[in-house]
Formats: sequence, structure tokens, C-alpha cells
Amino acid sequence: MSVLAYGVVAWLFLVGIYGVVTSRNLIHLVVCLSVAQSATDILLLEIGYRAGGHAPVFVSLPAHLGPAVDPVMQALALTDVVVGAAVTALLLALAVQVHKRAGTLDPDALRATRE
Amino acid sequence: MSRRARLLLFTAAAAALAVTLGAGLAGLPSFGGQITSYARILNELAPRQRHVTDVVSAITFDYRGIDTLFEEFILLGAVAGISVLLRPLSDETRQLPRDKAPDRAIPPPSPAVWLLAVFLSSLLVLTGLETVTHGTLTPGGGFQGGVILASAIYVVFLGTNYVTVERFQPAPLLEASDGVGASGYVVIGLLGLLAGASFLSNVVGLGVTGNPISGGTIPLLNLVVGVEVAGGFAILASEFLDQTAVIRTRRR
Repeated sequence: MSVLAYGVVAWLFLVGIYGVVTSRNLIHLVVCLSVAQSATDILLLEIGYRAGGHAPVFVSLPAHLGPAVDPVMQALALTDVVVGAAVTALLLALAVQVHKRAGTLDPDALRATRE
Repeated sequence: MSRRARLLLFTAAAAALAVTLGAGLAGLPSFGGQITSYARILNELAPRQRHVTDVVSAITFDYRGIDTLFEEFILLGAVAGISVLLRPLSDETRQLPRDKAPDRAIPPPSPAVWLLAVFLSSLLVLTGLETVTHGTLTPGGGFQGGVILASAIYVVFLGTNYVTVERFQPAPLLEASDGVGASGYVVIGLLGLLAGASFLSNVVGLGVTGNPISGGTIPLLNLVVGVEVAGGFAILASEFLDQTAVIRTRRR
């Protein structure tokens, strides 16, 4: 079970970076970066998981008995999501301006325009 | 670098990374096993110490409140950066598209689309307000609720047109809410200093656990973060929308 759970993290990260490396379109590249970044979210939540645990919300106690999962990791995942959204938005704004200046979103073609 | 060379370099680097990542992940505690004692203590203590039922909110806005302050500033910085990046440049101008066939009227959106937009946007505003104000009780809070509130503007745009949506998002108000939200966090933090405790300490009355107004500064911080995030994401929406709708290259 551990192998599968943590394997997903490694696979998502590598597959996201592969997309960044081979990308032909800056918007596709930003999406690939988000995929790589989502690996960190999943890793955080998995570290905080406890088998059979419920959310760290104690609003109606009789409804959930048993242990609660790690709330610190959930708070960190929230930070991760917010920063990820900020980075994605900034990169997309850059892509808009690149397309206006260079007329293309292909990173390889950008190099050719400079020469 | 050619694509082939880049791919080869990536394969070598990815293999090395996979090995180190695998070794690192293998050293983690087994999935679903024990959680840290810090987390156990917080789960035990936070509801009694801070009178909240959502421990994640207590951590985000109280125990690790200073982290969230900087996180909020990251968001503010990103929104400011995007506003600068997407401003009308020196060779660009803002103008609404001209109707090139004035004799043929643009068909209005179908009543079904309009009704759906009205229904969905009011539902989103309601859900957003609920999520912001109940952050201390149930999952949610300022960040999540703020995004839901801002997404109401996207729905208004989908159901109507650019001119209508502009009326819903006056730029000065959005920019003000972004700034007020960010500085409000600092002001609430300063309350702690005024009360003689440290910055961002929870000095407001804690209230009764389970009430919407409980947890001291936590609901207040949720509120200011909600204002900031809603304003910030609405600015993002309008900046990207302006790029396609009104910003064009100036003709020479």
C-alpha cells in the first residue's frame, strides 16, 4: 500500500517534469508544471493520513469516532494550493505577453526569433 | 539544445531523481500509520484551547498565523505582478470592439442561459459567504470562500457579455478590497501587540465552541482573507478578460 501511495507522488512529479521538458506550447507547459506541483499536495496529504481516520473537524462528535488525520499537513496543502495558483496565474500572464511579442507559444521557436 | 539532446538529458536526470526520490519516500513512515505527536496534540488541544471545531483553520490562522500572513502577501504580490504584466503597453490601447454590422443586431443570450447565470452566480455568492464565515466550524475559510466568491463573476460573464460584467467589477473597488484584505490581516495581528501579547496572538474573546462567532481572531482573519482573495481573483479574471476584450494594438 505504501509503495502504491508514494509511487503515485513520484510518478506524477516525473510525468509533470517530462511534460515541461518536451512541451511545444507555453500554456501546455504551465499545465504540466501544475501536474508536477500537485504531486507535493498529494505527498503532504498522504504523510498526514491515518488509516480509518476522519477529517480534523470536530463539529458533530458522535458522527465520527476514531482517530483524526493530521491537520498540519492539510494546512500546508492549503498553502501549497494558494502558491500554486499564484504561480500558474503569473506564468499564464507571461505567456500572454510572449505570444503578443513573438507571435508564437512554442518555446523552441522563441529561441529562433532571438537569433 | 536539440530536442533529442534535451530528452536524453531529461532521461538521465529523471533516472537519478527517481532513485533518490524512491530512497527518500521509502524512508517515510508507512502510509496510513501513525501521525506525528504534534498533530495529535493539536487535534486534542485546539478545540478546547481556541474554541473552534475545524482544527485546520486554527492552525492556518492561529498556530501558524504568520505563515498565512506571508502566504497572503505572496498572493497580493502575484496579483500586483499580473496587473503590471497585463497593463496596456505603449503600443496598445483600450477600446471596446466596434460593431462592424450595425444594421444587424447582436442576438441577446437565450433566456435559459441568462436564468442559469443569475441562479448560479447568486448560489456561488451565497456558498462563498457561507464558506468564508463558517471557516472556524466546518472545512472552508477565507481562501476557499474567496475563490468561490470571485468565480461568481466568471459565471456572470458566461451568461451575459463584457459590458455587463464590467459593471459587476468596478476596478477601484476590487483593488481596494485586495489591499484592505491584506492590510486587515496585519491590523488584526497588531491587536495582539496592543493587548500586550505578541503579534497575531489570539486576544479577542473566544466565544462558545460551535457558534459561528467563536475562536477569537480566527473568524476575523478568515473574513479579511476572504475579502483579499475574492478581490484578487476577480482582478485576475478582469485582467485576462481585458486582454481579449478591450486591449488592442494601436493602429499607426
